[in-house]
Amino acid sequence: MSRWAIAVDRTVCIGASVCANYAPEHFELRAGKSHPRVATTDPDEAVLDTAETCPVSAITVHDTDSGALLAPEE
Amino acid sequence: MTTAHEVRAYPFSEPDRLTLDPTYARLRTQEPLSRVQFPLGEPAWLATRYHDVRTVLADPRFSRALAKTRDQPRTHPDEHLDDGLVGMDAPDHARLRKLVARAFTGRRVELMRADTERIVEGLADTMVEQGGPFEMVENFAIPVPVTVISEMLGVPAADRPQLRGWSEAMVSTTALPWEEMERNAKELFAYIGTLVAERRRNPTEDLLGALVKTRDEDGDRLSEEELVMHVTGGLLITGTETTASQIPNFLYALLSHRDQWELLCAHPELVPRAVEELVRWIPLNYSAMFARYALEDVQFGDVTVKAGEPVLGSVASANRDPEIFEDPDRLDLTREHNPHIGFGHGPHHCLGAQLARMELQSVLSTLITRFPTLDFADGEDGVIWKQGMLVRGPKKLRVVW
Repeated sequence: MSRWAIAVDRTVCIGASVCANYAPEHFELRAGKSHPRVATTDPDEAVLDTAETCPVSAITVHDTDSGALLAPEE
Repeated sequence: MTTAHEVRAYPFSEPDRLTLDPTYARLRTQEPLSRVQFPLGEPAWLATRYHDVRTVLADPRFSRALAKTRDQPRTHPDEHLDDGLVGMDAPDHARLRKLVARAFTGRRVELMRADTERIVEGLADTMVEQGGPFEMVENFAIPVPVTVISEMLGVPAADRPQLRGWSEAMVSTTALPWEEMERNAKELFAYIGTLVAERRRNPTEDLLGALVKTRDEDGDRLSEEELVMHVTGGLLITGTETTASQIPNFLYALLSHRDQWELLCAHPELVPRAVEELVRWIPLNYSAMFARYALEDVQFGDVTVKAGEPVLGSVASANRDPEIFEDPDRLDLTREHNPHIGFGHGPHHCLGAQLARMELQSVLSTLITRFPTLDFADGEDGVIWKQGMLVRGPKKLRVVW
């Protein structure tokens, strides 16, 4: 089964902490900005939803096998 | 906490233009968590420092949904206060928010910039054709967000003036009798119901069409009530009244700080930064609102907020905290360090923040480019302000150029 890579662009993140509230097992706030708690995760719908919901689209989720961008939707 | 806290009547004073009651600054220093009594509801804690306000807004130990079951602190008997996303906690909140959030991301909003600029330029053309004095609230500030959100959702042009009336009534506090607000709410929801029914017959590509499709294909994700009242109704109301108020607030702030207006005219590249500073500096909400209830004991310095107690965070006060913002009461469009929370913080961070930013940037860019000599037609004191609303803003602001 493939894994998903989670990344947060901290130059874009405004620290609104929507992600840390929605998916606390995947995201936390460090020094006021979001930080993925894990670099990769098993596929989890909640991670995609969180990436879609970020107010500044700072979160991206990629499939580690195919490299395909899973979220946010283009 | 052993000493008893004085309970202050809240809001501390009637809204006065864009001034912030000095009590907030005093409390930040002397009593960062204080006791307040709203006109309605149980007594509450009020947080006034930046970091405390952020904790209240974002910490999962605080709940919004619990407020529904309590006699929550409020300024008026609005039973619709908690309708929609703002009255929910995760996971319900996340489930609904994500259905619409993707339409409001920075990337999607950028695709709407050119259309928005066309709308704003069109209004500027009208200003030129009609000449001054020109009343900006009805003729400029309101049409911008009403047109933008209507086009997103797919509200026909002919229905938009009515939409604006409903929206305004829904954020009225004492400006309208309670029965009148209820009537407006019913009419708005009935109207959305007709838009939904039309989309069931003839599917559309707009945001409302997409929501109807989600509702009908996957009813577990979105109930009919959520579709009509909580999501669409919420977007229409919050998407219009706030921006429609901020546009004349921006104008008032800039024209009454003439040096800042001149600075912006000379440096149009400052527009994005100016929008952030104006959002920080203007206390848009008349008072702190949307109480959060503690799910467990939470410590703030030497104050313990006990499980089950309500806390409100004052965004306006947080945005003037000298610990974070240098010379916080000064409107400074060149301010570099500006982590304001004017769009809120945490899971309820303004869904439309990127859209609002884009609209406000378009408005400022157009006005400084085309009307650098813009000024009050009736002087600063000639501006007439709304009364009894949740958000501050001029009711009439006439300009000349």
